[in-house]
Amino acid sequence: MTIAPSLSRQQPVSSTHPGPLLKVEDLSIEFGPEGTAVRVVEGVSFSIDAGAAVGIVGESGSGKSMTSLAVMGLIPSPPGRIATGRILFEGVDLLGLPRSRMPEIRGRDIAMIFQEPMSSLNPVMTIGDQIGEAIKLHEKMGREERRQRIIELLKLVGIPDPERRLGAYPHQFSGGMRQRVMIAMAVACNPKLLIADEPTTALDVTIQAQVLELMHKIRRTLNTTILLISHDLGVIADICERVIVMYAGKVVEDADVKTIFRSPKHPYTRGLLQSIPRLKDENTRLYQIPGMVPLPGTIKQGCPFFPRCPDRIDKCARETPPLLEITSQQKAACWVSAGATS
Amino acid sequence: MNIAVTGDDLVVVRDVGKTFSEAGGLVFGRSQPSVRAVDGASFEVKRGETLALVGESGCGKSTLGRLLLRLIDASEGEIAIDGVDILRLSSNDMRQMRARVQMIFQDPYGSLSPRRSVAKIIAEPLEIFGLVQTRKQRRDRVAELMIQVGLSPTFMDRYPRQFSGGQRQRIGIARAIAVDPQFIVADEPVSALDVSVQAQIVNLMQDLQKSRGFSYLFIAHDLSVVRHIADRVAVMYLGRIVEIGPKKRIYDFPSHPYTQALLSAVPEPDPETRKSRIILKGDVPSPANVPTGCSFHTRCPIVQPVCRTERPPLVETASRHLAACHFAKPHPIPL
Ligand SMILES: Nc1ncnc2c1ncn2[C@@H]1O[C@H](COP(=O)(O)OP(=O)(O)OP(=O)(O)O)[C@@H](O)[C@H]1O
Ligand SMILES: Nc1ncnc2c1ncn2[C@@H]1O[C@H](COP(=O)(O)OP(=O)(O)OP(=O)(O)O)[C@@H](O)[C@H]1O
Ligand code: SF4
Ligand code: SF4
Ligand SMILES: [Mg+2]
Ligand SMILES: [Mg+2]
Repeated sequence: MTIAPSLSRQQPVSSTHPGPLLKVEDLSIEFGPEGTAVRVVEGVSFSIDAGAAVGIVGESGSGKSMTSLAVMGLIPSPPGRIATGRILFEGVDLLGLPRSRMPEIRGRDIAMIFQEPMSSLNPVMTIGDQIGEAIKLHEKMGREERRQRIIELLKLVGIPDPERRLGAYPHQFSGGMRQRVMIAMAVACNPKLLIADEPTTALDVTIQAQVLELMHKIRRTLNTTILLISHDLGVIADICERVIVMYAGKVVEDADVKTIFRSPKHPYTRGLLQSIPRLKDENTRLYQIPGMVPLPGTIKQGCPFFPRCPDRIDKCARETPPLLEITSQQKAACWVSAGATS
Repeated sequence: MNIAVTGDDLVVVRDVGKTFSEAGGLVFGRSQPSVRAVDGASFEVKRGETLALVGESGCGKSTLGRLLLRLIDASEGEIAIDGVDILRLSSNDMRQMRARVQMIFQDPYGSLSPRRSVAKIIAEPLEIFGLVQTRKQRRDRVAELMIQVGLSPTFMDRYPRQFSGGQRQRIGIARAIAVDPQFIVADEPVSALDVSVQAQIVNLMQDLQKSRGFSYLFIAHDLSVVRHIADRVAVMYLGRIVEIGPKKRIYDFPSHPYTQALLSAVPEPDPETRKSRIILKGDVPSPANVPTGCSFHTRCPIVQPVCRTERPPLVETASRHLAACHFAKPHPIPL
C-alpha cells in the first residue's frame, strides 16, 4: 500500500546530525535508597545508527526494560535513579535536558511500544480518540484532517474497516489488534526511533507472525529506526541486523546478528544459543546452562557469569571484563574470548 | 458402557466435549452465550508416552487437560484411565483415582500457596493419601523428592516467594510426582520460564519420566519445545483436534493447513534461513461463535466452498496420522 505524504513526512528536529542516532554511554541504573541501592543496569554502552534495527536480548531481570525506559526518560523515580552515564539522541544528552523537555521528545522523536497492550490503553476511550490524542500532543491539525490521519494509521497497521473501527473500545479488540493499535499510536507522529519492548511476547504465534510482518512494513515504509527488546532470539533474528546480549545488568556481547549466530564469543551467548529448542532439531536433550542468573547486586566483583561459566579462569573471579572489541563487527565482555589464559 | 482398552493405552478419550453455559451466566444483565470449549475429542495416551497438545490461546487445551483429570466435568463423552471410566466414578472412588493422576501448572507463582512452607506443599498429597505417617517419614520423603527434582533439602522450611521461577516449578513437579502417579497433565509447565531455565525443567521432566515410566499430556504453545519432549502431537483449533500423529510426521509432513501455518509462523533463531511464512488472515474466531463447517475456514489459505458447510471429520491420512480437512495433504514446511 502507499503511504499518504502526511505519514512519510520526516520533520527535522535538530540539524542533521552526523553520528549515530542514539548513543548510550556507561549507563547505570539503581534502585533503593542511596548507600544501599542495588544496581540493576551497570555500565551499559551501545549505539544505534539511523535506519538500523537493533535487538536487545537477555533473560528476565537482565535490565532490558530499564535500559529502554531510561532512553524514554521513564525510570520510576523514586525508587529508581540513573547513577551514571549519558544518553545522546542526535548528539544531545537527554539526561542533561530539564525533565520538562522529555514529553516533547517522547512520541515525536522517540516512541515506545510496551509488552502489555491492554494496560497501556485507556479502557474508557475509543481507539480513534486515543490515537488522536497521540497526534494532538505534537501536531496541530483540524478535526477532519486528524480523522483522516487516524484512518490512515489504522490502515497502515492492518485494522480492517478502519472508518467503523475507530469508534470501538479496547476491550472490543483482540490482543493482536490491540498491539496493532499500540503500534499505530507509537508511529502516529512518525518518530525517528521506535522502541518495542517485547511487542509480541503476549501474542499467539500466528498473530505474532502478523505483528512481525507489520514491523517490517513500518521499517520499509516509514524508515523508522528500531530498538527491539525480546527474550526470543527468533524474533530478534527476524527483525534486526544487530543484537546486544545483556546478562545481569551488563552488556556481554554486541555483534551483527549473523556473527552472533555463527560464532558467538561470550560463553553466556553460546550457552543461550545452545539451550534454545529448535523447530528443526530432533535432538531430544537440551543443553542446559548450570546454575541460575544471579540476583541484582549479589555479584560484587569479577565477571557476573563466573559462577556458571564453563571457560572461567582465575582472573575472572577478580576482575570484571569490560566490553572489548574482538573484531570490528563484534564485542564481548570476556577475558578468555579476548585472549587471556590465566 | 465399556471402552475397549488395549494393553498399552493408559488414557482413552472418546467424543469428549465441554460446553460452558453457566446457569445464572448473566454479566451486566446480558445473558452470556455458551462457549464450546472442547468438541468431540477422541484420542489415547499410551503408557510411558508424552502426548503434546498444542494450539493458540483459548483453543481449549487447559479445559481438555482438566477434563481428563475430572477437575471439571465433561458435558458428554467417555474418559477411561487404566480401564476405569472416570466419569462414572463416585466422588469417593474418584478421590482414590486422584492418587494416580496429577497436574503441573503453568504459573509457578500462582499455583503454590504462599503461606505454606515447601515441605508442607510437597507433603500435602502424601498426607491426603496416607502415604506418610510420622513427621520423620514425611520429612525424609520430602527430602528425597527435593533431591530428585534438583532442589536442596536444606530449603525445605522456606516459603515459595524465596525461590526463583524455575525453582518454584521444581517444587510443583516434586509435589506432582510425590504420590507416584501414572499420568501427569502438565499445563504449559515451561511457558513462563526463561530459555536457560526452561531447558533445565524440560530435561528434568524427561529424566523423571524415564525413571518412573509415567505418561504426560504436555500442553504447550511453543512448537520448538514440543519437538524436544513429545512422542506424539495433537493440534487443537477452536475446541477441536484438527491433527494428531507421531511427532516426526507432524513436523515433517504436517497435513492440516492450520498445522502448516503454525509451524511456518515460528520465528527461527537463525538469520541465515529467513523462511517464507504462511501469514494467516485475521484473528481466531470466538469459541462462543464457532464458524460453520470447518471451523478454520475463515482463515484457511486454501478454503473451498464445501468447507463452509461441511465439517471435515478427523480421518487417517497415513498410519496413525489423522487430520480433519477435506483437502488434507502432507506438505513439508521448509523449517
Ligand atoms: N521498582 C523496582 N525496585 C527494585 N528493583 C526493580 C524495580 N523495577 C525493576 N527492578 C529490578 O531491575 C532489574 C531489571 O529489570 P528489567 O525490567 O529491566 O528486566 P528485563 O530484562 O526487562 O526483564 P523481563 O524480561 O522480565 O522483562 C530486575 O532485577 C528487577 O527486579
Ligand atoms: N470456567 C469457564 N467458564 C466459561 N468459559 C470458560 C471457562 N474456562 C474456559 N472457558 C473458555 O473456554 C475456552 C477455552 O479455554 P482454555 O483455557 O481451555 O484455553 P487454552 O487453550 O488453555 O488457552 P491458553 O493458551 O490461553 O491457556 C476459552 O474461550 C475460555 O474463555
Ligand atoms: S570473563 Fe571468564 S567467567 Fe566471564 S565469561 Fe569470560 S571466561 Fe567466563
Ligand atoms: S477443510 Fe477446507 S477450510 Fe478446513 S482446513 Fe481443510 S481446506 Fe481449509
Ligand atoms: Mg522487560
Ligand atoms: Mg491454558
